[in-house]
Amino acid sequence: MSEHDTHTTCQHAHDHEAGETGLRASRRDVIKGVVASGVAVSSTGYVVAGRPTEAAAQTAGAVERLVTVNVNGADRRVDVLPQETLVQTLRYKLGLTGTKIGCDHAECGNCTVLVDGVPTYSCTTLTQRVRGKKVVTIEGIAGPNGQLHKVQKAMMEEIAPQCGFCTPGQIVTAVALLNENPKPTEDEVIVALSGNLCRCGAYNHYLNAVMRASKEA
Amino acid sequence: MAKLVGQNFIPLDMEARVTGAAKYAEDFRAEGMVFCKILTSPVPHARIRRIDTSAALKIKGVLGVLMADEVPQFPPPQHPILAKDETFFVGEPILAVAAESELLCAEAIEAIKIDFEMLPHVTDPLESLFPGGPNARSNGNVAGAQINLQVAKWDAADFAASGDDKLPMGKPAEEWKYGDIEAGFKASKLVIDETFVAGGHPHHSMEPRTTFAYWQGEKCFLHVSNQSHTAAVPNIARLIGMKPEDLVMIAEFCGGGFGSKIGGYPNMAVAALMSKKLKRPVMNRLTRDDEYALGLSRPTFQARIKMGFAENGKILAADLYVVQENGPYLGAGDFRAAGNCLSMVYQPESMRWRGLPVLTNTPPVGPFRGPGENQFTASLEPIIDKAARALNIDRVAIRVLNSPHAQSKIGADRAPVTSAFLKEATEKASQMFNWEERKKKSGQKKGTKLVGVGIGQGYHTAGSNGFDGLLRITPDGKLHIHTGIGNLGTHSHGATARVAAELLNVKWENSIVERGDSRRGLPWNSNQAGSLSASTQSRTMYVAAVDMKNKLFDIAAQMLGGQPADYDLGEEKVVSKADPSKSITFAQAAQKAMELGGKYVGKEPPKDINPVTVDAVAKIAGTGLVAVAKDTLPRVGLTPGLTTTMAEIELDTETGKFEITEMICVADCGTVLHPMGLGAQIRGGNIMGIGQVALERRVYDPKLGLPAAGKLYQAKPPSFLDVPKNIKWAAVEKPDPSNPMGVKGVGEPVVGSGAAAITSAISDALGGHLFNRTPVSADMILNHLAGRPQAHKPLQINTV
Repeated sequence: MSEHDTHTTCQHAHDHEAGETGLRASRRDVIKGVVASGVAVSSTGYVVAGRPTEAAAQTAGAVERLVTVNVNGADRRVDVLPQETLVQTLRYKLGLTGTKIGCDHAECGNCTVLVDGVPTYSCTTLTQRVRGKKVVTIEGIAGPNGQLHKVQKAMMEEIAPQCGFCTPGQIVTAVALLNENPKPTEDEVIVALSGNLCRCGAYNHYLNAVMRASKEA
Repeated sequence: MAKLVGQNFIPLDMEARVTGAAKYAEDFRAEGMVFCKILTSPVPHARIRRIDTSAALKIKGVLGVLMADEVPQFPPPQHPILAKDETFFVGEPILAVAAESELLCAEAIEAIKIDFEMLPHVTDPLESLFPGGPNARSNGNVAGAQINLQVAKWDAADFAASGDDKLPMGKPAEEWKYGDIEAGFKASKLVIDETFVAGGHPHHSMEPRTTFAYWQGEKCFLHVSNQSHTAAVPNIARLIGMKPEDLVMIAEFCGGGFGSKIGGYPNMAVAALMSKKLKRPVMNRLTRDDEYALGLSRPTFQARIKMGFAENGKILAADLYVVQENGPYLGAGDFRAAGNCLSMVYQPESMRWRGLPVLTNTPPVGPFRGPGENQFTASLEPIIDKAARALNIDRVAIRVLNSPHAQSKIGADRAPVTSAFLKEATEKASQMFNWEERKKKSGQKKGTKLVGVGIGQGYHTAGSNGFDGLLRITPDGKLHIHTGIGNLGTHSHGATARVAAELLNVKWENSIVERGDSRRGLPWNSNQAGSLSASTQSRTMYVAAVDMKNKLFDIAAQMLGGQPADYDLGEEKVVSKADPSKSITFAQAAQKAMELGGKYVGKEPPKDINPVTVDAVAKIAGTGLVAVAKDTLPRVGLTPGLTTTMAEIELDTETGKFEITEMICVADCGTVLHPMGLGAQIRGGNIMGIGQVALERRVYDPKLGLPAAGKLYQAKPPSFLDVPKNIKWAAVEKPDPSNPMGVKGVGEPVVGSGAAAITSAISDALGGHLFNRTPVSADMILNHLAGRPQAHKPLQINTV
């Protein structure tokens, strides 16, 4: 069992709910918009629409554009395209650049955020599918006055991050784990974090940090 | 005195890393920002006959294209910014398109028509060297740094003589030797001759590189993902075609580089030149696929080694030939580093090295953390084990016997070393690992599992000199430590800055590290690469601190009377030696410096500093007491970083997978600057080594030249599930005499020793079987156990 599996399950749940909330963009359109269209144009792997475009206009009407997403405790009204991924909305519409895009293909976990408390790859989650849900990003992990979460403190004390690019994903995943399972074993931490790649290989330090945090009140 | 060196500390930028506040290149915005994307080659080798962008340019919102003839040109086979006339690998950028959104960029790219004339391609050096074999470039198949582009073909007789499983050895591009290897082999009790393939693997930095650029007049503001800072400025300016002093480089954080982002890279120029053309801020984000194609890779070796051993295990002669898969450009120096590594780590009494970098239609290769050394020791250590078994010598003993020491000489020119304590590292690792007991488990069966114990050694140069230090005390008494070393993620910019704070007796909380942005006044420092940061930066901090002390004592004498020699440092103040009640604070000294002006505030910098430092000093001149100096301290000989890793594995004979049950690494890195930071480097490096030799995949279809393992899920860099929970580590803690603080680097050797310990342990679990190939896949292990032939041909590459 890995985080990949968790996310897949989570995505299925979204599929069901999407039907009820009237999302009608066809799967084919979505894939066309989100995934690279061929080897000759590999650079089109991800797409950001900074403002309404002609392509957007063509799909207008298929789905409501103005949606409300609860991000880090605040309702945010945001204009999103049907094929827009959550990480695009967070980074390019809401200015929350702490969530990182490592692969844009649900392979690395750098973009992990919490959706209703569940670690979710925001690069392969459509913003339309988190309407009315609670999204927590790395910027929402610290307390209201900026006091660091015990996982953040432990990450600092264990010098867990190296380059730091995967760190936001590691932290939100660890926070979700400790919310569900406050006293995990080392093996449980490893399984929970296994969907978050770290090329610096800081795994021992991330593990130690989560174990340290689990011992804090 | 403030004791900082050798103490743990939480790096200053750590809070930003855990809160999401850390800004990488893609996290910046500017008013009016537009995007640009690159159109990349879908084919491994072709002539570009015609490009039609007319339909793309008609799309509303598309702002323009950047073509190869609009960017600075560099003589082939240098790595170009955009491919012109001929394209050499799948994923090579041919042009760039800018538009209001990336969606529109993508639409425009789909509307561009390119007429390619397909040319023969090659992904295997030996295929290219065969008479009549294809060339990766239409005018050559061999090139490298200091090796001119040429066509090189070996004789069919060379191939026939070697058979299928030995490397043929035709004419090399380079060679060197010392001693008499023939006499050495003749005198040897045991001579071995092994051919091996050491597979390369891409860097896969987590951050796909982004460049964000905008201009104000002649000045270019460039947000980049780069390991080094000031050392990269001249090259980046060259790529863009501008003056270095007009480049404002902003690189506060770098999402992993491992050698792939050292001195700037051609793609950085795309956003800069597009921005100049459109007069708008331009962001160019690479996708993961682009990062695979442009993010470099460790090159693959096809190599052969002959070694002669005396009865006691001493290596009397060694003869190494390395053919390197070099990508389509100048490539990497790994093939040379392998020879130096053999000379350093195993100290053969006589030796010959030969090397040949062969061009291939695969993405560019470049330095990857332990370039050349890692491929070499990971391949050689199981072979050393074989020799030890044949001679009935303990595997630790044979390594200790051949280890370098302070009087050792290196390479063709028999250069001296500044220090070498590999023997001490191996002995310490043996104690921690309990080698004498643990080696008895070698080959033991535990249910379906076989136990293997392995030893690996790692090496990389780990010291340089000649860079500049720059310090400033502002009138509020704060020490500003200016560092141009970069922020790769090793935390060494902080660890080395603490050298200056300690030498000047300033509390760390009263020290401010100035870094990450050219406007802060950053001196000329080394590349954050080559395991150099710790050593070079502790030197520049030292020389700048000496200059600062001299200026402080000089000012104290002017304010309180007497001579500068009458004063000493107190805690953030200058104190009279004779009368400790007489003192001035650093704040008072800085205020006095402001009155005095001239050399005290950086308006008369020394003549020997680098132009980049001159520019940095000019930026901060007049804002406090400024100390600036070039590192002219002596350093005679090569400074090696050396490590030993020991590992125990349990290899499952039913799945071919193994679990690492113990892993211990000991480093010879001189004085330890930052223990926890060192631990993080050792563990992360060992893990990267595990990936290199046992997990990661780099596959090309030899018929089509297409990558088959470009995605992370295909390439399989190590995950949480693949690595030991707790890699143990220690340092030899013997200072290097050539460094004023005793420091040597170690970031790279730890990868090589980790990799080599694993190949050694796999071989040991299988009774000393030599795969002579990395990575070792589970399939290879199962085929071996079942007595089945392997799926690859002996010298085939890019198969796993």
